[in-house]
Amino acid sequence: MDNLSSLSYFIPELFLSAAILILLIIDMLLKKEQKIWIGILSAAALIISVFLIFRQYQLPVTDIFYGMLVMDSMAVLVKLIAAVSSVIIIFFSLPYFREKSEYYILILIATLGMFLMAAVNDILMIIISMELLGLMSYVLTGFTKRNPKSDEASLKYILYAATSTGVMAFGFSYLYGMTGHTNLLKIQQALGANPPNQAAFFIAVVLILAGLGYKIAMVPFHFWLPDVYEGAPTPITAFLSVGPKAAGLAVMIRFLLTVVAHPFGADAVNFSQNLQVHIPVLIAVLAVLTMTFGNTVALRQTNIKRLMAYSSIAHAGYMIMAMVVFNAQGFHAILFYLVIYMIMNLGAFWIIINMTNKLGSDEISAFKGLGYRAPYSAIALAIFLFSLTGLPPLAGFIGKVYLFAAVIKGGWYLLAVLGVLNSVVSLYYYANIVRTMFLESAPVQETVATSLYDKVVLTVLLVPTLLFGVYWSPVLDLTSISFHIFH
Amino acid sequence: MGMISLVTFIPIFGLLIVLLIPKQNEKAIKWFSAVVAFIPLIIATYMWTQFNYSLSGINNEMQFQFVEHAKWIPSLHIEYFVGLDGLSFPMFWLTTLLSFLAIVASFGINKSVKGYFALFLLLETGMLGVFVSLDFFLFYVFWEVMLLPMYFLIGIWGGPRREYAAIKFFLYTLLGSVLMLVVMLALYFNVKDPVTGQHTFNMLHMMDQSNHSGWLKHIDVRYWLYILLFIGFAIKVPVFPFHTWLPDAHVEAPTAISVILAGILLKMGTYGLIRISYPIFPDIAVKTAYALAILGVINILYGAFVAMAQKDLKKLVAYSSVSHMGFVLLGMAAMTDASMHGAIFQMFSHGMITAMLFLLVGVIYDRAHHRQIEGFGGLAVSMPIYAGVAALAFFAAMGLPGMTGFIAEASVFIGSFGVYRTLTILAALGIVITASYVLWTVQRVFLGKLNPKYEHIAEINGRELFTLVPLGIMVIFFGIYPMPILHLMRSSLIHLIALMH
Repeated sequence: MDNLSSLSYFIPELFLSAAILILLIIDMLLKKEQKIWIGILSAAALIISVFLIFRQYQLPVTDIFYGMLVMDSMAVLVKLIAAVSSVIIIFFSLPYFREKSEYYILILIATLGMFLMAAVNDILMIIISMELLGLMSYVLTGFTKRNPKSDEASLKYILYAATSTGVMAFGFSYLYGMTGHTNLLKIQQALGANPPNQAAFFIAVVLILAGLGYKIAMVPFHFWLPDVYEGAPTPITAFLSVGPKAAGLAVMIRFLLTVVAHPFGADAVNFSQNLQVHIPVLIAVLAVLTMTFGNTVALRQTNIKRLMAYSSIAHAGYMIMAMVVFNAQGFHAILFYLVIYMIMNLGAFWIIINMTNKLGSDEISAFKGLGYRAPYSAIALAIFLFSLTGLPPLAGFIGKVYLFAAVIKGGWYLLAVLGVLNSVVSLYYYANIVRTMFLESAPVQETVATSLYDKVVLTVLLVPTLLFGVYWSPVLDLTSISFHIFH
Repeated sequence: MGMISLVTFIPIFGLLIVLLIPKQNEKAIKWFSAVVAFIPLIIATYMWTQFNYSLSGINNEMQFQFVEHAKWIPSLHIEYFVGLDGLSFPMFWLTTLLSFLAIVASFGINKSVKGYFALFLLLETGMLGVFVSLDFFLFYVFWEVMLLPMYFLIGIWGGPRREYAAIKFFLYTLLGSVLMLVVMLALYFNVKDPVTGQHTFNMLHMMDQSNHSGWLKHIDVRYWLYILLFIGFAIKVPVFPFHTWLPDAHVEAPTAISVILAGILLKMGTYGLIRISYPIFPDIAVKTAYALAILGVINILYGAFVAMAQKDLKKLVAYSSVSHMGFVLLGMAAMTDASMHGAIFQMFSHGMITAMLFLLVGVIYDRAHHRQIEGFGGLAVSMPIYAGVAALAFFAAMGLPGMTGFIAEASVFIGSFGVYRTLTILAALGIVITASYVLWTVQRVFLGKLNPKYEHIAEINGRELFTLVPLGIMVIFFGIYPMPILHLMRSSLIHLIALMH
């Protein structure tokens, strides 16, 4: 579809771009005390864009901008997840970032990057959208300039990301060399028509996986994540753990589905399975490495932000595990899990943001006795953590059931057993935090005040975690209509 | 609302109200919780009077009683399907009784009373739900719901090593549970609902071998699934060598929680084996029965020997639980009429006896603040009533005729002797070892020279007697006249045994 008619399919992004520009101008006009309005206005802009994205479900499935992007329901869902998580992050940040309003605008631009990542259909677009999101992420990571950890995290992030993107671009160049196209669909057709040298194709895929894997922190491309998560301001840590992961998974799903294996075309499926290294097996091995590494290293962590970093690596591992089956059920499960993960992970982070700020320390040992000092927050954190473990009757359990169901249905039994064993391992470090809060007491048992704002935001995230554990049909329906990939 | 749902969810409603009572009002919380736990007991007793002894249940929905069958998540074919039969009803009724008695026994708790009773009520719902669920997903959710309250109840209100015991219990049992999850999902995708042709979590459809898919009929697959499921349940029973969580959890838990843990939670392992593993994989169950019998005898002997070596009274009772569960396993493995009746009756009997034992340990611990057997002596002089009740409980644990333990163990021996001669003889040896540690303990604690420290120790009080006496009466009554309980299980067990062969 040509550029002009594509614009009607691009309304949320256009609106968000306009909002960014307008907010930039307003920011220059506002006085220091009024800067908080940028935050409020950016939240409003994102909420409006959520409604605009919802309306996109009615649009027909098509490619836009000459095939650079697609409009399909999976893109819509991932855009929704990105927008909602950014709104929540802005609400998380409002009490803490009252003056440096460029923070909110950066989040908006990053969200725009995620919107583009959700809808990629061209290898150039993958690079552009990942860089857009990435550049904003580097700056946001290093936002608290006076904190040396923050600066270090930002530098590590830039260096690692630049290398990964470079390697990925190199892999893309091979793909272009083999097929002569940059459009994913045209690449798929070219590969089907002229099967390339197996070794060359495999190398290209591995190089590309390096770049995609870096974004979702798949082992062994995860080394940046713990330091970045630990150093970044905690609301940004929360932001990085959900939005970019969802967007990165979306890109990976699209790339794997269209270029490596087309579920609707037997030839391409055979092709991917006739490779000397069976790509599903490769992904399965990477998934197991990611899950196991994330869970086992988290056991030793004493810094709660670092622990959550490794836990997010592990959760990415569970989602990659469901990718192995390469069918609609697996991808459906991943999308479902992303929605649930967003709610429970952000919920846990909100309490971590509050408590680390009020207690003045990122160490888990600072949480001692929180069960008595801030009961509502402590109980809510316990619920979020047990939901992350995957215990019924919480939402995290349902998410994991769908992931494991997809894997078991696909016949990957060993993978499923390794996955559930990983869940058991994860219980230890999540329960450790709960134990510190409830079973230990601080040297001085003074209450930690939580404001009404803290409690309200907490409740907004707590209720779905509890509700979706017993009645999850709304989320299920949402993700069911979200799986029509453009093919 | 059906009676089963009423009984199962009244504790949750109670929990919500307890959360509203201000935490200073400890007395109100305690008495309210006791009332909330008493109501299910009354309803369950009423249900006993309404029980139809001719219906067998097991794998036929029409033969189950008090059935409630409603759609819960239609897209995943998960149903709210609950019912009772002769297999689950004794444990269901025992759960309501022991929960009530344990709550009364908990009146001594003075730290974070609100949290304790709230968690306890949640635990009660989980336990009741496990025994009535006939949908595998529902069963799994209730099974897991029990873990969280137990972790906190042991971890906050327990003894000196409570944190270690709590996390060990949680991790170990969760490991078993997730293996059960894998089997549950594998069964879900490979069992066809005969009516709709869709996948189903309905346990009864899973038991019907004609609903199994081709993949599920392969013997290797069936072995693997049975073994994974077995490990999950074996951790709960606990079967040697998966028992290492039990001494820590039992010893460190507060008295009332030890009662619940030993009286109810252990039985869920064997219940799961009989309710789920046996009817769904009868061929594998028969093939592995000999191994199960050996494990049972190991439990009996190992548990008894280790109990004899214990210096801590509570740890002794904990290992005696391991030993007594071995009888259940032996009876289940033999799969004859008498042995199965003995096994289920032992579940019921041991529930009562071990509850008494832990309550008794709690009585002396509250007064002496230690549980070292050698640290007591001659307590029968200063606490005669306590000694009398304790003697009753210990003799019942020994299997003295006239009490339920004897009926259960004798039935198991009668039923197993024909099938596993040597193993049964070895198990009978276990009785001798049990007698030795029981009598030796009674002699060291209650008889002999009075320890001067305890000359003026407080006698057992009314509340403690209130929790012990009903159990004691039942142990003697059903030990002399066990027919009411045996009658309950009869048609279900006959049907189950026929199903297995």
